[in-house]
Amino acid sequence: MDLNIMSFENVTFTYMPEDETVRPAVEGLSFSIKQGEWIALVGHNGSGKSTIAKLMNGLLFPQSGTVTAMDQKMSEESLWKIRSQMGMVFQNPDNQFVGATVQDDVAFALENNGVPHAEMVQRVHESLRQVKMEEYLNHEPHHLSGGQKQRVAIAGALALRPRLLILDEATSMLDPQGRMEVIETIRELREATGLTVISITHDLEEAALADRILVMNAGHKQVEGTPEDVFFAGNKLTELGLDLPFAMRISKLLTEAGVQLSGEHMSEDRLVEDLWTFYSKK
Amino acid sequence: MDILLQEVGYSYAENTPFEKRALHHVNIHIPSGSYTAIIGHTGSGKSTVLQHLNALLKPTEGSVVIGDRKVEAGVKAKNLRDIRRQVGIVFQFPEQQLFEETVLKDIMFGPMNYGVPEEEAKRRAVELAAQLGLPPEALEKSPFDLSGGQMRRVAIAGVLAMEPEVLVLDEPTAGLDPKGRREIMDLFHQLHVQKGLTTVLVTHSMEDAARFADQIAIMHNGKCVVSGEPRDIFANEEQLMDYRLEPPRTVKLQRMLEAKLGIELDGISLTEEALAKNIALALAKGRETE
Ligand SMILES: Nc1ncnc2c1ncn2[C@@H]1O[C@H](COP(=O)(O)OP(=O)(O)OP(=O)(O)O)[C@@H](O)[C@H]1O
Ligand SMILES: Nc1ncnc2c1ncn2[C@@H]1O[C@H](COP(=O)(O)OP(=O)(O)OP(=O)(O)O)[C@@H](O)[C@H]1O
Ligand SMILES: [Mg+2]
Ligand SMILES: [Mg+2]
Repeated sequence: MDLNIMSFENVTFTYMPEDETVRPAVEGLSFSIKQGEWIALVGHNGSGKSTIAKLMNGLLFPQSGTVTAMDQKMSEESLWKIRSQMGMVFQNPDNQFVGATVQDDVAFALENNGVPHAEMVQRVHESLRQVKMEEYLNHEPHHLSGGQKQRVAIAGALALRPRLLILDEATSMLDPQGRMEVIETIRELREATGLTVISITHDLEEAALADRILVMNAGHKQVEGTPEDVFFAGNKLTELGLDLPFAMRISKLLTEAGVQLSGEHMSEDRLVEDLWTFYSKK
Repeated sequence: MDILLQEVGYSYAENTPFEKRALHHVNIHIPSGSYTAIIGHTGSGKSTVLQHLNALLKPTEGSVVIGDRKVEAGVKAKNLRDIRRQVGIVFQFPEQQLFEETVLKDIMFGPMNYGVPEEEAKRRAVELAAQLGLPPEALEKSPFDLSGGQMRRVAIAGVLAMEPEVLVLDEPTAGLDPKGRREIMDLFHQLHVQKGLTTVLVTHSMEDAARFADQIAIMHNGKCVVSGEPRDIFANEEQLMDYRLEPPRTVKLQRMLEAKLGIELDGISLTEEALAKNIALALAKGRETE
């Protein structure tokens, strides 16, 4: 299981290579992601996250450095084979829809991958059921609510049964319950199939659930590590456009109010546990 | 400016085979100067309601009163130009409202369209772009060559540049980084207070609804099922569950702690500061009674 499913080696990408005053969107970036990992990619607006996602699926090619996916160097030739094992949900679902109806849209990539008709139909239904959109089979994707569009885009990626799933703020417009349900569905899939997940998110509570967090800052990798490593680094996060998870913010406010707790609290459970100890000790 | 939705019904693509009913008998009163949050699960009708607030959509049943204007089903509405100037909407997807060649022109478009001189429009645009944290080099770029969160900032700047009396925000923080989210929500609140705006916020963040709103309306399956003050709305957890919603994190943590410690905190904690204060107070009280 130690196979690298995605790695970047010294990757630099500039949207306007002819203009030297424009800073690269991603610069000298190296990392590798192992099969089965759940990675959260975080960072301020414009730090390069969506650009990384597009480099990962060969929508963009770096000016220098190497992108390696599923053991193959990303190139015009390997691109299609790599993409067929990758599900990608873009930041704006409207840019992703190609079908006239929800079911055509979800079926589109399967058809491209040569999935037989009967299996295709079955997979389309299954993935739309997973995101609770099976009632909308014949609706036009552009004529849905914001959250419904995001659900359909996620179904499209799941239907591919990918080895690697890349989510670019894919749940940003879901209600809190819907967001938890979708994350839960993906976690179950990962348990069952060894799926690798790269999730770009501004939701730090969601990032705290990842195996590893990669923090981007102005095109560079700032920090990489477990959620504990990253969040316990503390106040520097706000300078990077980020914030602490909720439980840590509350424990900081409590310290300011004179409640001295021991240690750090990344989850509400731990905070409550510690407050209980504090309360019963007195 | 007062806005009143009376028995509003709305069907998309009315009288076609694709007709889709989105709103049923919606009644909402948005008093002048209030901060109203509209919450509800995916597809419950929030964005559809918002688009009635400046007559972008016209009710297929009932009526919408906007200030001294009335937009009524079946009656042709004339001269909506004033309404569009007074009521500014930030759409759910920023791409829907960006179209100019450069960011600067995009932010200047609204004010100039309503007769603000070029120089003044430019002054506002430059100031707002900085206030919204856009990098200075972004001004001359195409708004479509920006990151998602940067586009969102441009869309917001474009609406604020019109200096509307009513500010309507559809998930304005989706796509913003955590720091931007906090700063921009604070900016809206500051404008709300200083300029006496009427603010309407659609959000999936129960935390923002709890922190900023003075009234909350819940949408469910195309109907406005409840409206009231945040502390009442978020105290009724059973009702929230019925509508597939939940209380803000602060309230959830308060309840967890109360159950674990067997105590009851004062009132309901609608902000993080209030929660921390309430906990500290309860712990101190526990000590005294020892
Ligand atoms: N099509 C484009 N043309 C030119 N510059 C671009 C383009 N897309 C993005 N950029 C720039 O590249 C940088 C990185 O953008 P990117 O979209 O990767 O950021 P991001 O981390 O995904 O941000 P966000 O959180 O706002 O989505 C930004 O400075 C942005 O302005
Ligand atoms: N352009 C459209 N044509 C047809 N039906 C639509 C259109 N836009 C929305 N709908 C439908 O109307 C209903 C209400 O949609 P609306 O966009 O108002 O929901 P919402 O509460 O804003 O949801 P979300 O939180 O997902 O943005 C949904 O069932 C949706 O599928
Ligand atoms: Mg992005
Ligand atoms: Mg909506």
